Amino acid sequence: MTDTTSNQPVASTAADRARASELSAVGRFLKATELDTRMLGMVGALLVIWVGIHILSGGLFLTPRNLWNLSVQTSSVAIMATGMVLVIVMRNIDLSVGSVEGVIGMIMGVAQAEFLIRVIGFQLGNPWLWIIALAAGVVLGLLIGAFQGFIIAYMEVPAFIVTLGGLLVWRGMAWLITSGRTVAPLDATFQLMGGGPRGSIGATASWIVGIVACAAVAFALLNGRSQRKRFSFPLRPVWAEALLGVVACAAILGAVWIANSYPWPIGIVRQYALQNGITLPEGGLFIAHGIAIPVLMAVATGIIMTFITKRTRFGRYVFAIGGNPEAAELAGINTRWVTMKVFMIMGVLAAISAAISSARLNASTNALGTLDELLVIAAAVIGGTSLAGGAGTVMGAMLGALLMQSLQSGMVLLGIDSPLQSIVVGAVLVIAVWLDTVYRKRV
Amino acid sequence: MEKTAPTGTALIDMRNISIAFGGIRAVDDASIDLFPGEVVALLGHNGAGKSTLIKILSGAYKRDAGQIFVNGQEAAISNPRDAKKYGIETIYQTLALADNVDAAANLFLGRELMTGWGTLDDVAMEAEARKVMGRLNPRFQRFKEPVIKLSGGQRQSVAIARAILFNARILIMDEPTAALGPQETAQVGELVKQLKADGIGIFLISHDIHDVFELADRVCVMKNGQVVGTARTTDVTQDEVLGMIILGKCPPGAIPGPGALKIAA
Repeated sequence: MTDTTSNQPVASTAADRARASELSAVGRFLKATELDTRMLGMVGALLVIWVGIHILSGGLFLTPRNLWNLSVQTSSVAIMATGMVLVIVMRNIDLSVGSVEGVIGMIMGVAQAEFLIRVIGFQLGNPWLWIIALAAGVVLGLLIGAFQGFIIAYMEVPAFIVTLGGLLVWRGMAWLITSGRTVAPLDATFQLMGGGPRGSIGATASWIVGIVACAAVAFALLNGRSQRKRFSFPLRPVWAEALLGVVACAAILGAVWIANSYPWPIGIVRQYALQNGITLPEGGLFIAHGIAIPVLMAVATGIIMTFITKRTRFGRYVFAIGGNPEAAELAGINTRWVTMKVFMIMGVLAAISAAISSARLNASTNALGTLDELLVIAAAVIGGTSLAGGAGTVMGAMLGALLMQSLQSGMVLLGIDSPLQSIVVGAVLVIAVWLDTVYRKRV
Repeated sequence: MEKTAPTGTALIDMRNISIAFGGIRAVDDASIDLFPGEVVALLGHNGAGKSTLIKILSGAYKRDAGQIFVNGQEAAISNPRDAKKYGIETIYQTLALADNVDAAANLFLGRELMTGWGTLDDVAMEAEARKVMGRLNPRFQRFKEPVIKLSGGQRQSVAIARAILFNARILIMDEPTAALGPQETAQVGELVKQLKADGIGIFLISHDIHDVFELADRVCVMKNGQVVGTARTTDVTQDEVLGMIILGKCPPGAIPGPGALKIAA
């Protein structure tokens, strides 16, 4: 993180208009591409961790299999981290997300595995099972968020207290629903949200997703350019636009290629061949996983949440309130309603994460999501969300989640004991925030 | 009060306004008016109630009693949004800027321009921002940076630009030059004269009595939440105004209010 920041030009404070000739080569490059140096630092830190663990583990980390698993393991926390960014940007905190995840996971499990079948009389495998269970979970998440948000925004109880209470209340509820009993197995379609060989979209669909994403990147760059032309604002140089496009597309297609390089395990291939009447060729059959469904859900969440923060009035208000609540109020913004909406979004995201985590376990347990609130907050903070409010990005928080997960699964690969893992993760959190403080002072 | 004021309908007529916080009557039965193209300065010690009175007009506080008339019509102002509907814009002493977003986002905060898709039209907002900032501060170029990185004068221009962007008819300036150097102060003075010529009514809150005599047509002095008196700046001397501020003594050139010293010394 420090390598990239040490070349930061200080020209921005020197004059209204930073003259290109005064900047170093790196400075000129950053100015032309308008890249966020913070984000670059995070990507750099991530790569250092990846390569470091890869070398230490004797080549176990940067394999299609491990990276694919890493992506699935990251999804649940990454989804909630996107919402935590908004919560923290507004100078609030949500300590209840892990427990909300737990209680919603439990209710979705009970709904699909017991209630709808025994009480309503649905047949096993009925597609309505997973649809109703998921919809109920999302609505419940919205309601829990609205409830907590209402107490915070309108009854003026600090978010820390409300969600600390929520942490205990919702975990207790998760236990009460089945008196602590684990509910399993879950609906077969519902399970697809947890990933695994069947919960992935396969090679062809993955390439299609990758190509569509590349087209979207190109469209976004061109559209931004024509918008700025319309008002004759300064444009990025063409080489910078092209470079950004090429790097983004390479990253997308590279990720697809990795996902497509991870084959189904032999046992599942054999089962699949048997079911479909295919004779296994000599040397086995290569069936690629492709992108996992939970990863797609996380990426989609990231795109939607980025859109909300950057392009909607609501997102603008969230940041304005975080920057100066009084000013936002004086500008006529209904700050209470915005606060409540942020917690409602957080509730829905916790529900989606609950679906992914319980589907991955193929069970609903009352311990689901325990301590996730801390991982989620840590991911957001490592990703550059300022606890003082007003600053943070969805993309950064998702990278933060990936970084935390990389460390954790990396340490598992290295065979590090779990107490030592906690020590490392805790230290990394503090160091990351310290580096960020240093960075903010320099810029 | 009618005698000192120009003829015609008042832009703003605040009558018998009172507000209390806890047991303290921050504003007590205060009346004040403002005509088009006029600058009325509000003077008084810290805690005299001038900022509070003006915040009632801008919708930041809700009055306990009294009426506000805009152009002769009674106006219901209970929040900042209401005030803006009546063309009342405020430049707060604290500037009230969201420090973490850029100039254009601050100018349009609460009144964003939207595209046909219902998304923020940042490009159009930046274009408007460049136009209005070009008028106020032609050297200003830092449209992409959060306003916290701007200098005091630049931040002040952003706050002023926000107030005049939406064709305000009534402008409230709370200590507009408190944070500025002499050159920038002169700039604000020029701007006040220009806005005045456009027929905008301005309430000016200031501690600087020289400023006030240069810019204002009338002064209104407050003490302990009450109006001591109102006077044309041509009818009173600076010393007399100081007497009003410090002692609450209303000179012959001024129209006494409820807060004027009752017993002649």
